[in-house]
Amino acid sequence: MEQYSEKVMDHFTNPRNVGTIENPDGIGRVGNPICGDVMELQIKVKDNVIVDAKFRTFGCGAAIATSSMATELVIGKSIDEATKITNKVVAEALDGLPPIKMHCSNLAEEALEAAIKDYREKQKS
Amino acid sequence: MKNIYLDHAATCPTDPEVVNAMLPYFTENYGNPSSIYSISRTTRNAIEDAREILAKAIGASSGEIVFTSGGSESDNFAIKGVAHALREKGRHIITSQIEHHAVLYTCKFLEKNGYDVSYLPVDSAGIVKMDELEKAIRRDTILITIMHANNEIGSIQPVREIAEIAKKHKIAFHTDAVQTFGHIPVNVNELNVDLLSISGHKFHGPKGVGALYIRKGTKITPLIHGGDQERRRRASTENVPGIVGLGQAVEIAPGIMSDEMKRQAQLRDTFIGKILNTIPDSRLNGHATQRLPNNINISFKGIEGESILLNLDMFGIAASTGSACSSSSLEPSHVLLAIGLDHELAHGSVRFSLGKHTTLEELDRVAEILPGIIKKLRAMSPLYNQ
Repeated sequence: MEQYSEKVMDHFTNPRNVGTIENPDGIGRVGNPICGDVMELQIKVKDNVIVDAKFRTFGCGAAIATSSMATELVIGKSIDEATKITNKVVAEALDGLPPIKMHCSNLAEEALEAAIKDYREKQKS
Repeated sequence: MKNIYLDHAATCPTDPEVVNAMLPYFTENYGNPSSIYSISRTTRNAIEDAREILAKAIGASSGEIVFTSGGSESDNFAIKGVAHALREKGRHIITSQIEHHAVLYTCKFLEKNGYDVSYLPVDSAGIVKMDELEKAIRRDTILITIMHANNEIGSIQPVREIAEIAKKHKIAFHTDAVQTFGHIPVNVNELNVDLLSISGHKFHGPKGVGALYIRKGTKITPLIHGGDQERRRRASTENVPGIVGLGQAVEIAPGIMSDEMKRQAQLRDTFIGKILNTIPDSRLNGHATQRLPNNINISFKGIEGESILLNLDMFGIAASTGSACSSSSLEPSHVLLAIGLDHELAHGSVRFSLGKHTTLEELDRVAEILPGIIKKLRAMSPLYNQ
């Protein structure tokens, strides 16, 4: 198999923002244990800005590294800016992923989407 | 940091004696074995010596051995070769759900080309269900191919009993002995098989060389056409250094086999006991006793195999996993699903396979490191609540 980049290995070995948030404003849980990856992303939002993000992931090295990178990318971003973070953005921030691992970066994008959707719905109610 | 290699089922280091035996056949003894001049006699004799050594080791005669490029070719040759030779007699093949891909995908290929294949289920320990075998036999069944022992979970199959049924129905029987030859006794008459696949690098021989045993009288069509090598059963100039190396590895293996079987089985059971005792929600995959002495396969709930392997690698420990994340498909190991594991547990499996150089100290070190890795990954997992 193609090797992981140093950045992937760094985020895999020392993942940032692992865990859960007390009273999160949005939760996104995506993936499926059948496919071998599940990601849960929790966000804290203040004045429309994501002030904290935490994740828990069941998955391979790439899944854990993309989860970690995604949390780093969203913290400090406004909700609108955060919606622009695609799987490609996450993968590029990690100096790329092996081709067969690109689906792992979808997980991060989908989790972010789901967390923002959850946040917006909670705002309405 | 000393590396700890626990992936001998994937490949083994080539023995230095094997390498030394091979070296002259790259340089001074380069003659093409098919040529008539005297420098070719040396290479021709070297091949025939290796053939004799292997034949004797498995209870065959030399005319029944064909050298190949490895286990996958041997499996392809046996299955496609018999299927083609007997295509007028019938087009039904019986195999199991837990075969190596070299057998499984060859059968799938034949299915696309007018053959029917029955895939026998296994029990929760990974042993083929014998009552299902009798039921699967049809009038047009021409071949049964069931492995001697499984490469992932080490379950040893009741090959003799299968052979008995095959004989009763006059069906050719092939077994993939890639994981067993050189590790546990393999004798073609005791096993009563018609075809048997062997791979050199699984028992400290070189890569790129293997053999297929073909019992005299077995009808088979060649896979590779061309020259008259291997009694016209496999064209291509012989891989002389590889064949010599294979022969040398066969000479070394039996001398240490019975001691190694005992030693490795003991190491295996001690390690399994330690891991299952110290790591909660872990389970052994495969049969507790009817398993290869060198095979350990354990699933850890709530985490994924590749992330375990990457963590082990940071400590210089090499192992393998049945998780899909190490392959291009998303499906985890077909073997682990066949023994009834759910997808999550199949993704969380790790195989440690021992070799003759594996020590108790090495395994103790792994048993010391592993609980921390599992704990760390579980703390990160949304599927595991501690």
